[in-house]
Amino acid sequence: MINSSIYIKSQQEVFDVVIVGSGAGGGMAAHMLTKAGAKVCLLEAGQPYDPADPKNITQLKWPYESPRRGANTTRPFGDFDAAYGGWEIDGEPYTRKDGTKFDWFRSRMVGGRTNHWGRISLRFGPDDFKRKSLDGLGDDWPIGYDDMKPYYDKVDRLIGVFGTNEGLRNNPDGIFLPPPKARLHELMIKKANKTLGIPTYPSRLSILTKPINNERGQCFYCAQCSRACQAYADFSSSSVLVKPAAATGNLTLLPFAMAREVTTDPISGLATGVSYVHTGTLQEYTVRGKIVVLAASAGETARLLLNSKSSRFPNGIANSSGVVGKYINDSTGASRSAIIPSLFDRKTYNEDGVGGSHIYSPWWGDNSKLDFPRGYHIEYGGGMGMPSYGFGWGIEGLNGRENFTRDGLKKAAGGYGATLKEDYRRFYGAYVSFAGRGEPVPREDNYCEIDPNVVDKYGIPVLRFHYKWSDYEIKQAKHMQDTFEQIIDAMGGKAMGKKPGADTNYGLADPGRIIHEVGTARMGNNPSTSVVNSNCQAHDVKNLFLADAAPFVSQGDKNATWTILALSMRTSEYIIDQRKKANL
Amino acid sequence: MKRRDYLKNIGLSSLGLAALNPQVKAMEALEGAPDPKKVAPIKVPNGRTLDEAERDAKLMAEKFLNQHELETITILSDIIIPADGKSGSASQAGVTKFIEFIVKDKPEFKTPMRGGLRWIDGESKRRFNKLFTEITPKQRIEIVEDIAYPEKVKPQFSQGVTFFTLMRNLTATGFYTSRIGLDDLGYKGNTPNEWKGVPEDVLKQYGLSYDD
Repeated sequence: MINSSIYIKSQQEVFDVVIVGSGAGGGMAAHMLTKAGAKVCLLEAGQPYDPADPKNITQLKWPYESPRRGANTTRPFGDFDAAYGGWEIDGEPYTRKDGTKFDWFRSRMVGGRTNHWGRISLRFGPDDFKRKSLDGLGDDWPIGYDDMKPYYDKVDRLIGVFGTNEGLRNNPDGIFLPPPKARLHELMIKKANKTLGIPTYPSRLSILTKPINNERGQCFYCAQCSRACQAYADFSSSSVLVKPAAATGNLTLLPFAMAREVTTDPISGLATGVSYVHTGTLQEYTVRGKIVVLAASAGETARLLLNSKSSRFPNGIANSSGVVGKYINDSTGASRSAIIPSLFDRKTYNEDGVGGSHIYSPWWGDNSKLDFPRGYHIEYGGGMGMPSYGFGWGIEGLNGRENFTRDGLKKAAGGYGATLKEDYRRFYGAYVSFAGRGEPVPREDNYCEIDPNVVDKYGIPVLRFHYKWSDYEIKQAKHMQDTFEQIIDAMGGKAMGKKPGADTNYGLADPGRIIHEVGTARMGNNPSTSVVNSNCQAHDVKNLFLADAAPFVSQGDKNATWTILALSMRTSEYIIDQRKKANL
Repeated sequence: MKRRDYLKNIGLSSLGLAALNPQVKAMEALEGAPDPKKVAPIKVPNGRTLDEAERDAKLMAEKFLNQHELETITILSDIIIPADGKSGSASQAGVTKFIEFIVKDKPEFKTPMRGGLRWIDGESKRRFNKLFTEITPKQRIEIVEDIAYPEKVKPQFSQGVTFFTLMRNLTATGFYTSRIGLDDLGYKGNTPNEWKGVPEDVLKQYGLSYDD
């Protein structure tokens, strides 16, 4: 028996604001607007999710509590990862055009992708908003760091982030909690990087190394932020934003609500609400609101805009410029791993630490001396982590190497029995890994559009992607690979596998794989070349706002979440201000 | 909540933090029964979604490897990871059960596993006129020696090496993700604690410090 009374009620009520999507941007908008007293309806396509609800908890489970030992057969990042969904979702296809590649990751749950993300919380720096002025490529944002700084500061205080103030011009200081000390392999990386002139600083992650309020606990160092934290000691929109928004009594949260389109008044052209399909009953509903905020993710927001067609908006709502869907861009990403012989047979102790690297390297290069624009940062992995599916795989490629045995003699690769068992023990905790995350140059001919032939199981037309990397990104990946090898050599390590070469674009991940897609409805001052203004308000529809990464003009090498949060907070304040002035 | 209280409560409840407002509760009532056709015939374990629990239950009910194949896997996995002074063997750590499941979960392993087991029985028949399970431990090692070293393999055993490499990898993953295997490695985490940095003696051993 399905209780649909709340859906029927939501149909009758006219909300002050209807928000689509409960991830970082939607959660922040819901938090800000409900706190200001607005009656808000929050639509989420996925299921309810609270990281502290026992039926959701995977944190602190052992690998043997999964019959597949945490393998990624059902969840792309493994059985314990807090992402319901992935690059492929049954009944929710998307397509690609002209043989190009784009993989689209979606989490269908309250909090969206923030439940499992890496918590890397980097502010954009002054240069990141003004790239065209600096290198002539892409476009500048209509706002700058000075416009965003007060909001970054507020986000730091509201949510909590650890790190250190280093006075770096394009990696601005923040309001930081104390960072965790480096792990052993991280100290070795730092030492090696020093000889190479690569800067290494404590990471900046939204994990509470100290309590910041009574609602959230403190990190207890299990390294499992990707499983979502039952103590709410890391940032997930579900626990940190949606939950307090619900506590105001001003929030109506509708899970299982797959938005179909923004409804409009044919006379005024204003948004009147959002129609959606209940994913369980497949019934169609409309929720009405005075203001509509889309925060469904860069991809879903573009899809919603493009699917919201009417005689007044034949190309989709807010798309008189034709720019919706264009300039989609994901981070560049390349990685390499290595084994460090000096770490063989190491003493074991609990070095789980926080979820993720305790150190990182912000971009240090001088592009005027390099053959590519923009930069990347490096994230580091390694250490004595908890084994899961895949542990020990491929030892035949390692234990036959020169000087890898205790007595210094070369032994035959592979093998079996007691000596093999010794090899696994010997190599445990001796691995390190390197991941570069860089800034691409957004291009008009990288885009998503509505596939004219395909609908999903709800009957909603799906996205079709067209995305190619340019030489800029490929050369950046080559530089990453060269850098990784320099660090590995400086550590006295042995790189694993063959160095990725030109045949694989130097290991450059396919577009979408880094899950940092942004820019599908970019902001600007010119309504003919941008979708929203500098307040993320649609040029064409004054009561329609975007609060995810769709308005990003570019993405820096900084991971989008902290800027999504700051921008959504700024947009929410603008909405409140405009309501007070009766402009909305 | 103070860390101390939180650590005390962990594992007992969800810290009381799960309480949601009535609207969210009402919505949660919808969960588990969003589709009348999909009402769960099974209990959904904590940490799984309904779809996942259904798929897991289906895999558990499926029979793929037969008794003889599982016996052969047990013998091979114990040759790869035998008991020693420090820990138990692969089969004691439940590796057979893990392999039985994972070849159904990852169907790409089905043919390599079944065919590899046939290959090793064929080799055993040719040499000793008996199945691999029926020959002596010494005779088994004779065959294993020919397929355990990928870089030294004679051409006629190359398919055997491919199979043995798969067996080695699955055995290692199954063993080191078991309780016995985690303890064997000395993994000490997955428990609430306070990270205070690398122990002093370890820093000294590697000539590193936090002051650099």
